[in-house]
Amino acid sequence: MTARPDPLRLAPGLTLALFLLPIGAGLLGTLAPAFGIFPALGETRLSLDAWRDLVSQPGFSTSLRLTLTSGFLSTALALLFACGFAALASTRAGTARLERALAPLLATPHVAVAIGLAFLIASSGFLARVVSPWLTGWERPPALAIVRDPWGLSYVAGLAIKETAYLVLMVLAAQGQVRAAQALAAARALGYPPLVAWAKVVLPAIYRQIRLPVYAVLAFSLSNVEVALVLAPGTPPPLAVLAMRWFASWDLSLYPTAAAAATLQLLVVVAGIGAWRLAEVVVKRLHRAWCARGARGGLSGPILGIGGAGAILSGVAVLGAIGMMALWSVAEGWRYPDALPRALSLRSWERATPTLVDLVGTTALVAAIATAVALALALACLENEARRDLKPGAGALWLLYVPLLVPQIAFLFGAQVALVRLDLDATLVAVVWAHLLFVLPYVFLSLADPFRALDPRYARIAAGLGAGPWRTFLAVKLPMLARPIATAFAVGFSVSVALYLPTLFAGAGRIMTLTTEAVTLSSGADRRVVGVTAFAQAALPLLVYAAALTVPGLLAARRRAAA
Amino acid sequence: MTGLVLDDVAIGLDGRPLVGPLSMEVAPGEVVTVMGPSGSGKSTLLAYVGGFLPKAFVARGRVLVDGVEIGALPPEKRAVGILFQDDLLFPHLTVGGNLAFGLRGSVRPAARRRAIVEEALAQANLAGFADRDPATLSGGQRARVALMRTLLAEPRALLLDEPFGKLDAALRQDVRAFVFARARDRGLPTLLVTHDAEDARAAGGRVIEVGGGPPRS
Repeated sequence: MTARPDPLRLAPGLTLALFLLPIGAGLLGTLAPAFGIFPALGETRLSLDAWRDLVSQPGFSTSLRLTLTSGFLSTALALLFACGFAALASTRAGTARLERALAPLLATPHVAVAIGLAFLIASSGFLARVVSPWLTGWERPPALAIVRDPWGLSYVAGLAIKETAYLVLMVLAAQGQVRAAQALAAARALGYPPLVAWAKVVLPAIYRQIRLPVYAVLAFSLSNVEVALVLAPGTPPPLAVLAMRWFASWDLSLYPTAAAAATLQLLVVVAGIGAWRLAEVVVKRLHRAWCARGARGGLSGPILGIGGAGAILSGVAVLGAIGMMALWSVAEGWRYPDALPRALSLRSWERATPTLVDLVGTTALVAAIATAVALALALACLENEARRDLKPGAGALWLLYVPLLVPQIAFLFGAQVALVRLDLDATLVAVVWAHLLFVLPYVFLSLADPFRALDPRYARIAAGLGAGPWRTFLAVKLPMLARPIATAFAVGFSVSVALYLPTLFAGAGRIMTLTTEAVTLSSGADRRVVGVTAFAQAALPLLVYAAALTVPGLLAARRRAAA
Repeated sequence: MTGLVLDDVAIGLDGRPLVGPLSMEVAPGEVVTVMGPSGSGKSTLLAYVGGFLPKAFVARGRVLVDGVEIGALPPEKRAVGILFQDDLLFPHLTVGGNLAFGLRGSVRPAARRRAIVEEALAQANLAGFADRDPATLSGGQRARVALMRTLLAEPRALLLDEPFGKLDAALRQDVRAFVFARARDRGLPTLLVTHDAEDARAAGGRVIEVGGGPPRS
């Protein structure tokens, strides 16, 4: 027989090139102008002018401090909440049942959560209305900056409540892999109360597994723009917002300063992850000594309990945020301090329909194409791995996390310059490609475990029945993986819908999605209009999640009925 | 030369010999049992004959089916059927769909394919089960479907990797008798791997022990 080379061999290389090349080129395109090299402006000499300019900007140090405090604080809170929840869930069946609420919390985009949270907690928001004027005496919204407060606390809250859901998912998955239940039972048999037992024997085992996701949360919290635009103070804003403002200005002379800020953002994230890693080493030592002391009581139980309560409160806050957006989108005559609108109507929806149809169309199209391409690449890589009996190494996992660890602002500007040169900027192709960078890691990670867990003997049986590798792949593996594939599609779709900066840069501000529109509207538009857009932004991925959970079952039922 | 021939087969892992060197001839309709404790490499031997040996293993020697050397062929071209401890019926296909999956594509038209599937089900005492979901079948029924699926692919040799291990005692006898009778009817050279002496007795053929010292034959 003739041995034709299997095209799948090219899959890993192609996949890596598709997502590492733009990031590499983008980083170069950001670093060069930060050090004075910007051929478009005729600058080709190395200089530190941009850095001098950056440091002398008013509010620069405040901006940097805000970036660091909010990034670390929100990540630490989200981790505490997630661990607390996992500890409660593995010791109380009632808490475990709350896991079902996880899918909608994961699917809701950051921006929608941030906007809904602002609707809830602002001094003119729902919570203030409920207690006004009978408790507070407020007849009109007080001049109290609860949202966009100068310490960035509402910003921290917005990041923490959203990231908690992601870390809960990661912690629960890790818990399933490390046989947490047995370790927990063993420790409890030695006289440790449940939560203390969890902190002493389960936590160290799962932390190894969730380290990369935690770094990804830290990197996002230190460098995101979209949540900051809604909830963080604006004068001065966090570093990434500062950089974006300068990039987006028409003043070309600000580009080097913007590039320096974006480069600094990269350094902040790299140093931040390094500092977190050092803290891990210290905490590990302390933890070991603490375990050796053998104390059965102490503060760890209450701390985890508070963390668990924080996780549940976060979930309630996200659901409340979604409810707020829904309510505002149908509100009619909702005056301060009424707790509820006078009447409900679909007028805001009717008025928004023409724009909304366009926005939903673009958003869904980009998300569907990017996710479909990501699925194809992920499946090709995984099938290649299976055919060639390859064992994935730890290095591959780190590569996959690169787009989630490198701050978006640090490479998207450079990537946009490259897109302009290729005459691709503001095209659908560019936006889809930019989305692919962020969709692919999530799609791959959500598909890899079920794909690798598929019993290899099914493929052997199929081969023994005369089916070649492609028939086995298409007629055995894909249908057996229908459920995880549908879930991976929903995950990728919701990631794409939520992307702000990649859409903005690759689309050169001319391709609008629900997310870019929601962010734009959030600064000052009528709450009913904001409510419509933000609710639509949250609802779209939710619908796809719901479909992903039901369609494979329906298809299987129909196949059985038709067979 | 018909049947299954292993000629000086030796398999090693990490530089250590695991199986063999081993030579044997399995005549059409004969069942040869390979016995040994777990970890003795007996399943590795089947993986080698079937063409699924993981890359970490190094093998030498020749495998011939009906005089044709198959060692270099991909698994799907070897015409070697295999049954595992689990029936591994494809859960996304009906019972009939599983059987049709094994049937060659050259068998046409659809009506004839259906007739062959029905005939196979009747032979397995499962007439009328074609539209059933495999999940609704009992363990013994599933095992019989798995065998019929393998036979419909018209293999020229059969590999049995502890296929009765998960069945309870009463069922085991039935399924065992059913499998051996079908293999004999079709004149299939059969290699059975097991650690259950009862399986070996029921097979009634030669027994080869591997592991725990040099192979005795």
